[in-house]
Amino acid sequence: MSQENLENRYHRQMILKSFGKTGQAKLAQAKVLVIGAGGLGCPALQYLVAAGVGTIGIVDNDVVSLTNLHRQILFSESDLSKPKATTAAAKLTALNSEVKLNVYNEKITTANALEIISNYDVVLDCTDNFESRYLINDACALLDKPLVYAAVLKYEGQTAVFNFKNKEEVERINYRDLFPNPVDAAHSVSCNEAGVLGVLPGIMGVLQTTETLKIITGIGEVLSNKLLVYNALNSSFNTFNLTKNSDSQKAMPQNNEEFKNYDYELYCNSLLSFEITTETLTEMIDKKLTIIDVRNPDEQPEAVDLSTFKMPLLELENLFESQVTSSQVVFICQTGKRSLKAVELLKNNYSGHTFYSLKGGVLAWNEFKNKTNEHSQKEKSIY
Amino acid sequence: MEINILAFGQIEEIIGKDSFTLSDVRDTEALKSKLSDLYPEMNRIPYSISVNKNIINGNHTLENGDEVALLPPFSGG
Repeated sequence: MSQENLENRYHRQMILKSFGKTGQAKLAQAKVLVIGAGGLGCPALQYLVAAGVGTIGIVDNDVVSLTNLHRQILFSESDLSKPKATTAAAKLTALNSEVKLNVYNEKITTANALEIISNYDVVLDCTDNFESRYLINDACALLDKPLVYAAVLKYEGQTAVFNFKNKEEVERINYRDLFPNPVDAAHSVSCNEAGVLGVLPGIMGVLQTTETLKIITGIGEVLSNKLLVYNALNSSFNTFNLTKNSDSQKAMPQNNEEFKNYDYELYCNSLLSFEITTETLTEMIDKKLTIIDVRNPDEQPEAVDLSTFKMPLLELENLFESQVTSSQVVFICQTGKRSLKAVELLKNNYSGHTFYSLKGGVLAWNEFKNKTNEHSQKEKSIY
Repeated sequence: MEINILAFGQIEEIIGKDSFTLSDVRDTEALKSKLSDLYPEMNRIPYSISVNKNIINGNHTLENGDEVALLPPFSGG
């Protein structure tokens, strides 16, 4: 582009006090990585490209679907089933052909994250799941890259800048300082299940770009060491100050090798939090509780002293709704594996119920009952 | 003593309102325990707590008029 065109194109931001030609030159030199080209990623990318950021990487392994279109505004009806990263890049090139776009049609993983991220100056987390969020956070912490985070649900959004400090700040805070523990599988709800107002990720994605432009050009005060929460229903912006959490830092991988071997899927999606022991079940029995045996009808042995409903795993989804009303539900099977499957099957569709799976299954239960029965027999014979 | 509580995300849904007051909770541990008695579903959600706009780690003494925010993580994008 000619110098004259360049000055025309960015004129309105170059005349801003403290932004100027220097700010524009810094943007042209900058390399920004946007992970996730969805509700947050689309508007973030559009403004990054329009503003003249020199190099932009787009990471996404998903394809465009009809339910995306109410918020993922780079895509149109003719893009359905096409890869998001490639499609986004084509639209963005039409917007500003001077920007160099690197397309990664892949999911961010422990295998590729360090390599990809190390090529960029700033990273935007525009993903839609906890697994990727912890993974990206840890990679950015290890590589010491500023991370601009945002997340949305229903009518509410959060944003923050991690691994960055303004002049007067002493510490670099990251996502694990804010949320040391991932949400267990039962309450990890996505926009697919819970819904989101289309404009909300637009607002949050644009806030991410705003912070990115500030980080690159040095204008204003970056939202580091702070969490900003926006609520679309009551039009409120709340800002909270963050502090370092020493415990959470111990949970994260300490070097590249540990990072590559870290199992983020297990860390974030473990169903094990649904498991209860035989002792816990004994304590729960008095309360209003439904116990469902998901084994096939011919499987032996019967659970000792336990009144159960029989709903074989394959028929569970059909039978459950019509037959179960109590809010607490414990699944049991022979060894405790199918009962975890049962939890997995139903947990997202029945939010009014709390599901548990008996660890070790009927076999562990019967062994436990036999022991406690023997014990009480002995006590009786003493007296 | 009374503290003012702001509920965000799924916690607002569990509690059924975005703000309310509680009395006689001397620290944040006591608050968590009271909330889990009143709303057992909260046991399953990890959440961060801020006292007067500062997110705290560990237990924190509460005083009359403090504003406490309950902030769960969410992941949508």
